[in-house]
Order: sequence, then structure tokens, then C-alpha cells
Amino acid sequence: MKLFHDSNWLNSALWYVRQKRDNASKLVPEWEELREAASNIKAHTITHLDYYLEEFEKNALKNGIKVHWAIDAKEHNKIVEKILKKHKAKKIVKSKSMLTEECGLNSYLEKKGYEVIDTDLGERIVQLAKQRPSHIVLPAIHLKKEEVAKIFHENSSDPTYLTQVARKSLRKEFETADAAITGVNFAIANEGAIVVCTNEGNADLGVALAKVHIAVMGIEKIVPSFEDLAIFLRLLARSATGQAITTYTSIFKKPAPKKEIHLIIVDNGRSDILQKDEFMNALKCIRCGACMNTCPVFRRVGGYEYNYVIPGPIGSNLGTSRNIKEFGKLGFASTLCGSCDNVCPVKINLHEQLLATRFQYKELVKEPKDIFYKVAFWLLKNPSIFKASLTLAKYMPYFLYKKAWGKKRVSPKLAKKSFTQIYEELKGKNEQKKDFRKN
Amino acid sequence: MAKVGLFIPCFVNSFYPDVGVATLKLLEYFGYEVEYPKEQTCCGQPFYNSGFMKEAKELAKKFFNEFNKYDFIVAPSASCISLVKIHYKKLLPKEEFELLSKKSFEIIEFLHDIVKVKELPSRFPHSIALHLSCHGLRELELATPNELNLPYNNKVLNLLNLVKDIKIKNLPFAQECCGFGGTFSVNESEVSIAMGKDKIANFKKSGADFLVGYDSSCLMHLASIEPNLPIKHVVQILASGL
Repeated sequence: MKLFHDSNWLNSALWYVRQKRDNASKLVPEWEELREAASNIKAHTITHLDYYLEEFEKNALKNGIKVHWAIDAKEHNKIVEKILKKHKAKKIVKSKSMLTEECGLNSYLEKKGYEVIDTDLGERIVQLAKQRPSHIVLPAIHLKKEEVAKIFHENSSDPTYLTQVARKSLRKEFETADAAITGVNFAIANEGAIVVCTNEGNADLGVALAKVHIAVMGIEKIVPSFEDLAIFLRLLARSATGQAITTYTSIFKKPAPKKEIHLIIVDNGRSDILQKDEFMNALKCIRCGACMNTCPVFRRVGGYEYNYVIPGPIGSNLGTSRNIKEFGKLGFASTLCGSCDNVCPVKINLHEQLLATRFQYKELVKEPKDIFYKVAFWLLKNPSIFKASLTLAKYMPYFLYKKAWGKKRVSPKLAKKSFTQIYEELKGKNEQKKDFRKN
Repeated sequence: MAKVGLFIPCFVNSFYPDVGVATLKLLEYFGYEVEYPKEQTCCGQPFYNSGFMKEAKELAKKFFNEFNKYDFIVAPSASCISLVKIHYKKLLPKEEFELLSKKSFEIIEFLHDIVKVKELPSRFPHSIALHLSCHGLRELELATPNELNLPYNNKVLNLLNLVKDIKIKNLPFAQECCGFGGTFSVNESEVSIAMGKDKIANFKKSGADFLVGYDSSCLMHLASIEPNLPIKHVVQILASGL
């Protein structure tokens, strides 16, 4: 991984969000109990998906929502296309959805001649810059306001001015769009309703104006009831940005007159992750991004150093649990500091899971540097050689680290006497004392 | 009196023997019979953190054979103890893991929770800034991690405050990882060094005479970036009058 070109700036920008999260969470005395409850609810629902998904479908159908099932990204994209064709929709306004990023929906639709407009401000910025989101909640966090001004072809880099520019241009798109695509934050099983959280109201405006609403969700988004939702809503925005709640929390239960709601429920590898005990907790994720804001590595490298669609600690977990060969190296790009576990509102054991990926990766992939470990291991399991040849033993860690440490670092100095030697001398003296006393 | 098996991590043995001596002094001062098993080498952490399960398991077994005979196992290294206490779960049979887990202690934890030290004869007439290394902080809970909404406690400071004439200065971002991360420092050396430099800059901001920690590995990493960095392990201060 490479440091972000202005890593101090990115570090402070993300740390600012982490601090806002800290302040907000500390105003809730029952914060830790909420996390525990949320974690347990998710543990329960992701292990009873068969029941809750069917319950949800039954209720959603009753409400007049059209429900589709997609086994993978390809099927998901095809279903979206089919719905658009049916409604002769050409222009689509989209609110934030990491699932559509995961499925590559934008490029799929654009290749087929559709016009897709991302309407979340951050998403719109990266779309115009022809980039992908570098963060799941703050997609354009890697760009400074001056860079945004350039992307918008504007001279002023005043954030309020730039927001107004985007607002004005997006307003036209909303008015002329044929369909609105949104993600789903939560699906309520016993109500057949879906919940979408945004700060900009872009999902609501898109859905209100277009004649068809296509909502897409992964199978893990389900929660049993509104009572459960209440817990997650208290955690989500506080963890993400330090707000008490998102500006808009919209519950969609049935289509407006003469309109349609289509909901696509997507697996795309999730049921495979569910079968792996060591990784299944990653499916508890509610996509708040707190793990990215706290991760000391992410804060200094930014989202583009991760080769999976979702960056940061949760992305490294999801990527490696999908394809260990392709994404396995992400498991090593962590100091295992464990801060992500502590900010996670659903208590995913992120750093433990990252460790688990390392074992899987090493089982599959052999590297030249493995020889260092083999030699060191041989020395360490043979204390007689290790101790008898003290010089060799003393050089062990030195030899392990020198190659990588030598360039920009000074290798630590070996002590004149090792602790083993000092201990033996001390003990020798004590023995002498004892002998002396005996005599 | 209870018998303590002294576990001195391999790199402490070679690079920081004074840390081992200070630990030994403290344990003996409080009346423990201390033995340093000669066959010990390494707990297996470098292998475990690098994905070498087979090697890590074998070293865990070796550790069990050497240390299980003691009433307590104590080491001046939070990350090694956290491996034994928490992660050996994956490396040893359940029964062996449980035996080791409940009697293994990082030295601060041991002095604070088992010995329940309330007084120390030590004196350290300097100012220090305390770095809270990750495994001791978030796995062994030597202090309350600042991500959590829990009442704050800091066992390390509780002990350091018993030392006469010591001045404890605030270290900005004391709970931020120093960037060592074992093999991370090798695999991702650019990021590792950048994190280390930030830690050193924060230490300088603190204005303290010494940068103090409970994990020599983190301190070693920082001293490798800035060779004359005045570092000390907590035990060296606690044992300064013994």
C-alpha cells in the first residue's frame, strides 16, 4: 500500500469524523448495550434468513411491492434492465447504494445506453470525476474543495456555493428522470417495508418524482420489526457521522397510486460467507463506515489502496471472505490494532477475522519470504541450538527484520549481555550466597 | 509463596534485557519465587500473525510444556501475553488453553490486579508520556479504550502514580497505533514508518523527557525510526528504586 499523496490532510479529515462519532456516542449512556443488542439481533436474523426473508416477501407482496430475487450481480443487473425496459425508462436517478457498486450496475446500464445520474453529492462528484467511491459513507472524502471546484468547472471553491451548483444541476435531472434506484438500509420483515436513510433527501425526491422506484438490497439487510429498527437507527448515524439520526429516514411500504416499487433481493456470494463460521459476522455490517474513520492505516492510505469495492477493515473482511486468493493480501494490510472492533456498532470482530484470513491465505499462497519463517521456526523450536549458539539466537530477530528494516530504519542494537546471561549470573551469585550461608 | 514462571519474549531477551531484569526485581520485591525456564524461546506470535498456523501451534505447545507447571506466568510484553491469554484458544486443546489463559499475566496487570500494589519505593524524577499499545489496551484492557462509552480506568497510570517525583504529561493520540504491527512493519513499511513518525511527533508535542510503554516491540519500532528516542518500559520506572 502507498500513503495517500496528502496523508496528513486525509488523516485529519477522517479523524474529525471519528471524533464526531465519539462525541455523539458518549452522549448515549446505554451506547454499549445498544451495540450489544444490535449485534445480537443481527446474529439472530442472519442465521434465520430463510424465515425472515420469506416473511418479508409475503408482507411486501401484500403491500403491493414487486419482489425479485437475484442470485448474483449479473442477474441483479438484468432484472434492473428488464424493469427499465418495461417502463421505457431511459434516464435514471440513483441514490447511494454500495450494492450497485458491488454489482457494477452503472457501467452495465451505461453500456446499454441508459443515462445514470448519481444524486448523492459525494457520489455525483466521483461520478463526474470518473472515479469510484473511496469511502462508503463519504465517497469523495479524498477530494479537496478546490478539486471539486475543478470537477464542476467552477472558479469558486466555497463549499456552500458548490453544493448549490450541484443542487441546481441535479434538480433538473430529478425532474426529467424516468426511474429512481435506491439502496436499502433496513428491510422490516413483519411489515414488508424498506427503510432508506440519507442526509440529502435525494432518495425521497427521486422516488417522489419518477414513476418507478427500484430498490436493491443484500439478503442481510433484514431486521425482524420496527422495534429492532429503533436500535439500529440510534446507532447508524451516530457511528457514521456523529449525527443523532440521518436527516431523512424514509420508510417505503407501498407504491403511490399509479406507481410501482420493485425490490431486488440479492445474494451475490452472501450465502457463501454465511457458511464460513469465521467470516459470517461480516454480514452484520450496517455500512456506517466507522471502521474506516478509525483505522490508522485507512486514514493514511485512503480507499483506493484496497482492491475490493468496499475499502477499509470491513471491506478487507468482505473481500477476503469472497475470494482469498484475489483479496487475501488485504488481511495483512492491518496492524491488528483492534480499534475497528470497538467502534463497530454491531460489534463485528473485524481484526480477529482479518487474522483468520491470513491463515487461509498462507495455506493457498507460498511466497519466497516464507523461508525466513521456516528458518526462525527451526531455531525457536530447538532451544538447545537456540541457546547454545547464543550469537545465532541473538541475531534471530535481527536477521528476520533487517532486510525490510534496514532501508529507512536503524536496526535495534543487541545488548552486550542477553537476559538469559544476566539471569544465569544473578542466579550463580545467589547460589554462592546460599552455599556461603550453609557453610 | 506462589511460584512465577518468568516469560521473557525473545526480542526482549536480546535487545532489552534491562526490561527483563526490572520485571524480575519487581516480582521478587513482592515476594514471589521466580523461575526463568531456560528452554523458552518464543510464544509464536510472529508466526501466528503471519498466517503460519502449524508453526504457531507447535510453539504454543512448547510454551505450554515449559510454563504450565507454574502458578503464574508473567511477562513484560502485552502483545505476547495477549497471544497466550486470548489467541492460544486457536492453537491449543481447550483444556490446555484454559489452564494457561487464567494464569498468564502481563506484568502491569499482575501487579495491579493480583499483587494489588498500593505502594512502591521507586523514585523517577523525570517527566514521561505514556503510549498505550494496542494489544494491552484493547485486548488486555490495561486502560479503557477511548472508542468505548465506559468509565475510564488506566491500570498503567494507577501504578506509575505510585512512583515518587514522576511527572506524567499528556501524550496526544496516546491510544493510536504506533504502526509496528509485527510483520506489518515489514509488509507495509511505508505506512508503518509514517505512523511511527506521527507517534514520535506527538511525543515531542508532549514535552516529556521519556516515551514510556508496556510493549518493547512498539518502542523498538519507534527507536528504529529515531535512534536517540528516549524510550523506557513501564517496569524500568516501577523498579527504579529497587
